[in-house]
Amino acid sequence: MIGVISYLVFFATTASILAIAVLGLNLQWGNTGLFNGGVVAFFGAGAYGTLILGGTPQAGHLGGYGLFYPLALLGGMAIAGLVAWIVGLLTLRLRHDYLAIATFGVAVAFENLMRNAEWLAGGAKGVRGFERPLRDALGDGFTYNIFFFLVVLVILIATYLFLERLVASPFGRLLRAIREDEEAAQSLGKNPARVRLMAFITGSVILGLAGGLYGTFYAFVSPQDVLPTLTFQIWAMLIVGGAGNNRGAIFGAFLIWGAWTASGWALSRFAPIEAQLYTGSVQFILIGSVIVGMLMWRPHGLLPERLVVSQRGKTPSA
Amino acid sequence: MIQNLIDGVLTGSYISLGAIGLTLVMHILRFANFSHAELLSLGAYAALVCDALVSALVPVFAVKLAPLSLTGALIVAIFVSMVFTGLSALVIDRLVFKRVREKGQELSMVFASFGMALIIRNVIGLVFGLSPELYSKDIAFAMILSRDPLILVKPDQIFVLVAALVLMFLLHLILSRTTFGYSLRAVAENPSLAQVNGVNLQRTIMAVWLIGGGLAAVAGIFYGLSHQLIPVMGRDLVLPIFAATIVGGIGSVYGAVLGGFIVGIAGNLALVVLPSGYTPSVPFLLIIVVLILRPHGLFGEARA
Repeated sequence: MIGVISYLVFFATTASILAIAVLGLNLQWGNTGLFNGGVVAFFGAGAYGTLILGGTPQAGHLGGYGLFYPLALLGGMAIAGLVAWIVGLLTLRLRHDYLAIATFGVAVAFENLMRNAEWLAGGAKGVRGFERPLRDALGDGFTYNIFFFLVVLVILIATYLFLERLVASPFGRLLRAIREDEEAAQSLGKNPARVRLMAFITGSVILGLAGGLYGTFYAFVSPQDVLPTLTFQIWAMLIVGGAGNNRGAIFGAFLIWGAWTASGWALSRFAPIEAQLYTGSVQFILIGSVIVGMLMWRPHGLLPERLVVSQRGKTPSA
Repeated sequence: MIQNLIDGVLTGSYISLGAIGLTLVMHILRFANFSHAELLSLGAYAALVCDALVSALVPVFAVKLAPLSLTGALIVAIFVSMVFTGLSALVIDRLVFKRVREKGQELSMVFASFGMALIIRNVIGLVFGLSPELYSKDIAFAMILSRDPLILVKPDQIFVLVAALVLMFLLHLILSRTTFGYSLRAVAENPSLAQVNGVNLQRTIMAVWLIGGGLAAVAGIFYGLSHQLIPVMGRDLVLPIFAATIVGGIGSVYGAVLGGFIVGIAGNLALVVLPSGYTPSVPFLLIIVVLILRPHGLFGEARA
């Protein structure tokens, strides 16, 4: 029984961390219409940043600053934001394809750099030697996992509330206005390039937060954690859940992560031994089909965006 | 150094061929097609199957055309694969992209193309297995062009370069000398105005997919001849091809050709200064440099 519960806690922690990432992507794609093809680079920047800033000294690569944990996490988020600022500055003025291609390129280059630059982050061996915060007080066992889950849950709820308020604020209205009709927004004296850059950076910082929590959870990060697979998974979560709807984003994260875990388990349990090598391929075909199928038959997701009319025209009085 | 330059030109020849189709699609249909590189894999594997079939049915064709490692069967396979891949591109458009296009925004197409890329790549992996394949199991010996500095070139590589240049010249003739070429440019410029003037939009889109798919097939086969066939080759080719289109300017066929060679040469020259592990990042660095210096590429024009 304790086994089932501890597995559920593990599952819920991972799903909640991914849900935070999906919320970040939702701000970019769902609310602003920015295509981020390199989700994993910002997620990874957060994870690597947090572990390097907060970890114990390691021979041979950067790290060991041993910062107080919340500061390390904030540092990871700032690094993700910095990457987003550079990419956004270069591409957000151009037609939208450029952002898609450049962000995709960032993800490839990030993984490539982390895999090769041993002096920076340990190369293929990854970043080790990170002590999870409060480990001395809570130990490594079940108690710690419950505690960590609760912390992640609180951060998820806080992120959700923050984004709900942001989207309902004048700034959120501006984001939707630019998404729907850039020229109209411009004619009202708004600066679309700047607003989009702000939304892109904010979303990426949230992706970095999710990455930082992910790195903390495993107390380890390696190039294996920043493969393009994660980008596809996070997108599938947003598209299935419903772009533009924060509740849809969280719902999609739990649903797709559940389906991914279950399909992986079923394939490893029931597929014949000689086919085991190909279970990854089957899972990718499934996730690709989910993305394409949703776009073809239900482009607005399971929980579509609720469009609000912020100011109704006066009804003519009789 | 000179060897790197020569290898770069040869790499550039297949990147250019892939980039031409991609830039046309991005220009006419206005979306970054992340599944274009999978058409290269599709073409390469289609040629592998066709090569085996022709060799088995007509043994005369299975003889190597010395000094190339190429057989007559593979040459037949190139043409068959071009048609097959062009038609596949058309079918994928009909089944998926056309529907998404009619339903949603432009950017939904980018998502859909990522999904298609995942599906095609992994179906190829399931069908052909994950281990690498080769068109010819024999070792192709390189010719020594010069001993000091040592410069080696394989006969196959020269064939690849010449064939790629011939194809590009043919495409240039089609684009600049035929009515079809004019209508293509008209659609790219202004789809509605072109339609008013009697250009059939649907047929132009079909032609773009056929040409793009056909050239992608050749690019994939040439990649296979120079390296090996693996199901994930599309994943490794997608960024170089995109970099070529951005360097050349999205929508410019000549830009794509030049961009392809620049990406190929830069990737190989980078080996002089960087460890080979960093090669996959070079296209990204090129993209960043171009975006800083000349955001619309060498031949591109500003278009919202």
